[in-house]
Amino acid sequence: MESLTALLIGVLVAASVYLMLARNFLRFLFGLILLSNAANLVIFASGRMTMGAPALVPYGADAPVGVVGNALPQALVLTAIVIGFGLLAFTLALAFEAYRRLRTLDTDDMDDAEPKEEPAK
Amino acid sequence: MSWLLVFPIAVPFVTAVLAYLVRMSFWGRWVSLAGSVVTLIAAIALTVAVLREGVVAAQMSNWDAPFGITLVADYLGVVMVLITAITGLATAIYALGEIEVRLEKLGYHALFQTLIAGVSGAFLTGDLFNLYVWFEVMLIASFGLLVLGGSRAQLDAGLKYVALNLVSTLVFLSGIGLLYGLTGTLNMADLAGAVAEVENQGLVTVIAMMFMFGFGVKAAIFPLFFWLPASYHTPSFAVSAVFAGLLTKVGVYALMRMFTLVFVGDVGFTHEILIWVSAATMLTGVLGAAAQTDFRKILSFHIISQIGYMTLGLALYTPLALMGGVFYLVHHIIVKANLFLVSGVANKLAGHTDLNRIGGLYKSSPVLAALFIVPAFSLAGFPPLSGFWAKYLIVKAAIEIDAWFIAFIALLVGLLTIFSMTKIWGMAFWKPHPDGIDPTPDRVPTRIRLPMMIPIVGLAAMTVVIGFFPEPFVVFAEIAALQLLDPEAYVTTVLGERP
Repeated sequence: MESLTALLIGVLVAASVYLMLARNFLRFLFGLILLSNAANLVIFASGRMTMGAPALVPYGADAPVGVVGNALPQALVLTAIVIGFGLLAFTLALAFEAYRRLRTLDTDDMDDAEPKEEPAK
Repeated sequence: MSWLLVFPIAVPFVTAVLAYLVRMSFWGRWVSLAGSVVTLIAAIALTVAVLREGVVAAQMSNWDAPFGITLVADYLGVVMVLITAITGLATAIYALGEIEVRLEKLGYHALFQTLIAGVSGAFLTGDLFNLYVWFEVMLIASFGLLVLGGSRAQLDAGLKYVALNLVSTLVFLSGIGLLYGLTGTLNMADLAGAVAEVENQGLVTVIAMMFMFGFGVKAAIFPLFFWLPASYHTPSFAVSAVFAGLLTKVGVYALMRMFTLVFVGDVGFTHEILIWVSAATMLTGVLGAAAQTDFRKILSFHIISQIGYMTLGLALYTPLALMGGVFYLVHHIIVKANLFLVSGVANKLAGHTDLNRIGGLYKSSPVLAALFIVPAFSLAGFPPLSGFWAKYLIVKAAIEIDAWFIAFIALLVGLLTIFSMTKIWGMAFWKPHPDGIDPTPDRVPTRIRLPMMIPIVGLAAMTVVIGFFPEPFVVFAEIAALQLLDPEAYVTTVLGERP
């Protein structure tokens, strides 16, 4: 199970790097989303995977009985998903506003903050 | 549990909520200012506690470490919180003059206070995942501040800033995941022991490099700094001052924390890389500045070059070097924030920040000129200003371990810094205004000019005080460095006495 997840993470990162190398900001953003999911999976997998053993405490007991899945990475991933979602939503809105104002998403043409120097005559 | 640790984070958060609620009225700015004053008081109270006890720690919700979230302040942490509060107050006063009502209605003060809360949280947390959360709080607030107002340049800069910072965050997050998988803990004090017991030390070094990359982007070290000069010259001056003062320093702080507490298994490898990275950072930053003609762009590049000195203090990894690094951090935040504030006043008086289009400031506003000289020459390392002592400590530490080449670069960069500072001096202050305008202070009404000048005077006074009476600050930095190199007190305070 872990090796399968590791493979999936690898594929996600490869795809995201490919997308992030693009000049179009929207493609970059899609790459970022994939990378964000890959990072979440890394946390999830590094907590070791246990099949079919939810971390639930049986009725009347104080602690879970037997081997159960590690609940902490899931809590961490949940936090990371929420934060990542917020940031990516902001970035998407920013990209939209930038497109509306700058009329381009090609990062080569975005030079309002750093205007290209006039070539020396 | 010590409530003192909570206030420097909680007060700005509460202020942010209040400031947001009253953002439509003129009360917003006063709420923000009052919040900054209270934050400063809280930070001073915490500093007093740390001076008395050495290290202060508190377990949130009474979950014992390493299971709960720990807040902890040692000498380094507390001085950063204090300086954050000081910078916060200075920029809150400055904002009274600079920030327009339009930006206030968009929630400027709420975002600003959230940023301060995030920065303080990052300095105080003793939990790695919590550090990630504080980074995000800080980031999202800085995104908002950066594009607030929405000019074309800001949107362009915002995209670059957001994109590169998000990549670094994700690498940092993956590093946390892997480190947790290896050790089973996220508490930094607990990690210090757990990482040493890991069998596969090669993997630890790989994770260390992921952290170095993640924090390196935030700290703007070579070759990861490109987002900084692309964005810092676009937002309002108060915003760029607080960014310049604090944001990159959070990255440096995180590097210092992790690479003295956790990743010390292979110092010969990790810190050696950091030495050369620091040297390259110093050089590229200062050379980049030499090519610029915009007031704020020059200053932005100088942030990068100065970051190199701080990481060099960490990379040399001797008590003296770390002491210099800590001293440098404190000195730099004050000086750099101040220079950005000065550039804002210069912009108001002379009408632009492009040095080719302004001038005549010395003749019309000698006070501003004098106030520029103090931080500018402190930045370059002139005695007896604070920058001299900071550079002196670092260079001496380099010479002590026979790193002559590094010491030479550090001194050379100081010299080139003077070049940039005199360029600003010559073009903005000495030469007459190209449009024949006389940029006298009367061009700006007093109710705007006064709040903009007060923080500049205050921060310049601090620079001078540190310069003339460095003794207590150096002693403080020395204790901070010793605590970093021997984290025994830090670990036992967080985890409690172990049998």
